[in-house]
Amino acid sequence: MPINYYIFLAIALFSIGVVGVLTRRNAIIIFMCIELMLNSVNLLLVAFSKMHHLAAGATPTTGIDGQLFVFFIMVVAAAEVSVGLAIIVMMYRNIHSVDVNFLNRLKH
Amino acid sequence: MNALVLSAILGVVMMFSGILLKRPAAIRSVAIIGLLLLLASNMLDMSGTRFFSINLGDFLHFDRFAFLFNSVAIFCVLVYVLLTGKAIERVGVKNYADYFALFFFVLCGIFLVTSFQSLLILFLGIEIITIPLYILTGSDKRNLKSNEASLKYFLMGAFSTGLMLMGIALIYGAQGTFAIEKFNLLKIPGSPLMIAGMLLMLFSMAFKVSAAPLHFWTPDVYDGAPTVFTSFMATVVKAAVFIGFIRLFENAFGLLQPTWQLWVALMAAATLFVGNITAVFQQSVKRMLAYSSIAQAGFMMLAIFALNGDAKEGLLLYGAAYSLATIGIFSVLSRMDDYSYESFNGLAARQPLVAATLTIFLLSLAGIPLTAGFLAKFYMIKAVVATGSNLWLVVFALLMAAVSVYYYFRVIQAMYFREAGEHSASFQEPGKGFKWVLVLVAALIIALGLFPSLLLNWLYF
Repeated sequence: MPINYYIFLAIALFSIGVVGVLTRRNAIIIFMCIELMLNSVNLLLVAFSKMHHLAAGATPTTGIDGQLFVFFIMVVAAAEVSVGLAIIVMMYRNIHSVDVNFLNRLKH
Repeated sequence: MNALVLSAILGVVMMFSGILLKRPAAIRSVAIIGLLLLLASNMLDMSGTRFFSINLGDFLHFDRFAFLFNSVAIFCVLVYVLLTGKAIERVGVKNYADYFALFFFVLCGIFLVTSFQSLLILFLGIEIITIPLYILTGSDKRNLKSNEASLKYFLMGAFSTGLMLMGIALIYGAQGTFAIEKFNLLKIPGSPLMIAGMLLMLFSMAFKVSAAPLHFWTPDVYDGAPTVFTSFMATVVKAAVFIGFIRLFENAFGLLQPTWQLWVALMAAATLFVGNITAVFQQSVKRMLAYSSIAQAGFMMLAIFALNGDAKEGLLLYGAAYSLATIGIFSVLSRMDDYSYESFNGLAARQPLVAATLTIFLLSLAGIPLTAGFLAKFYMIKAVVATGSNLWLVVFALLMAAVSVYYYFRVIQAMYFREAGEHSASFQEPGKGFKWVLVLVAALIIALGLFPSLLLNWLYF
């Protein structure tokens, strides 16, 4: 399958994530949209990794670093989730809501 | 490499010291000793004594520039702990040691960002810096403003990380490697993947250093976070990310300079404009300092724009001058109950020494001659002039520096020329040690303003 399909799919997923972050008001849903962005990047990295691997031909290790990067993204995303959910829970305890419209007290 | 390994170990040591030691003063001493060890090991590494011999491959490269900035960063954190360490007790004594552990982890991330050679390490370093900062921002658990700031910071920070990762993935698609040494920018000139990736990286880095138009989170987060931690994230961290920024654009995208130079020039101008003009209208000193940090970031963006020898030297000096002065101001601010300008009224009569040092810090931030801040700004302007194009940027930057004098001098005027009224907030009586460190930092700022070679000579010898 040509690489273009993968690029378009990843860009589409990424755009859905970006639009979600910018338009939704629920902190958890925004968070899920960010995860969607990260996962579209994972998909793109794996596709590119395979592409570079096929292009190089003889050397078997070419393109392996793209797949390596994916694992790092997963680990960092997991760390980010643990901190992020802790912050959301902390806020829920104080105001009993996860609506980001509430976040306007600092404006003044 | 010494400092990188040691900082990670010291972070773990600090976490355990919280279990073993109960007195905050003891925990603080452990942290100070740890920072001194870190500074010594980094200096040893710079002069060629390496404790660990590890094949770093294409991932990390420690050059003198990185070593020198690492030393500056460790020193600034040391000054920060000496000046504001006691005030952190007010945020929470129960988790006192954990905050110091987080500082060490942030330092670990800083060492990665200043010496990365692969986009993987850049990504990891930025994340190791920002994840502890989310925690520090929200550390005042019962305070709604702190909650709000941390959630906002977290959502926006994770979003910009997503943009950065997309940029890295696109660049990987164009180049087939993450090692910036191996980039072949002339292979396909102006390949759309490469240009798109580069712009995404530019935006996400601009977000991390709070450059316009991606600065909108900064005032709210800096205002909402506990003052002691604002001091940390607005100074050392911002300067370190700038070092990573210039490293990325010099080593990875240097050849594409004609493509991105105008973008960076416009961003620098916008950052200077937004930071300085908005800071004029603030009524709270803390919020004014948040906008001033945006304005100073605009000046540091000039180094990215120019990208020559002067720019790199200047960025180092700028990082040191800006961090030291801002840490000093925040250390005084964190001892006050109220952050309005009125609370500074008549401070000179009650605390002459503190007011005098505070004046030096503010003069340095405003860029008045004889202080380090002046020379730092001078280097930036000189670097832009040396590029020979876009001279409008020089004129604009100077104009904005003149505007900045207004809001910095408002604090000095309040301290010296206003009578203490009922508004002037109570100022916690500082100890002898605090005053000594404050005087030392002020002296250092003057010394750097007279002899910048004290710092910059380390780059070459």
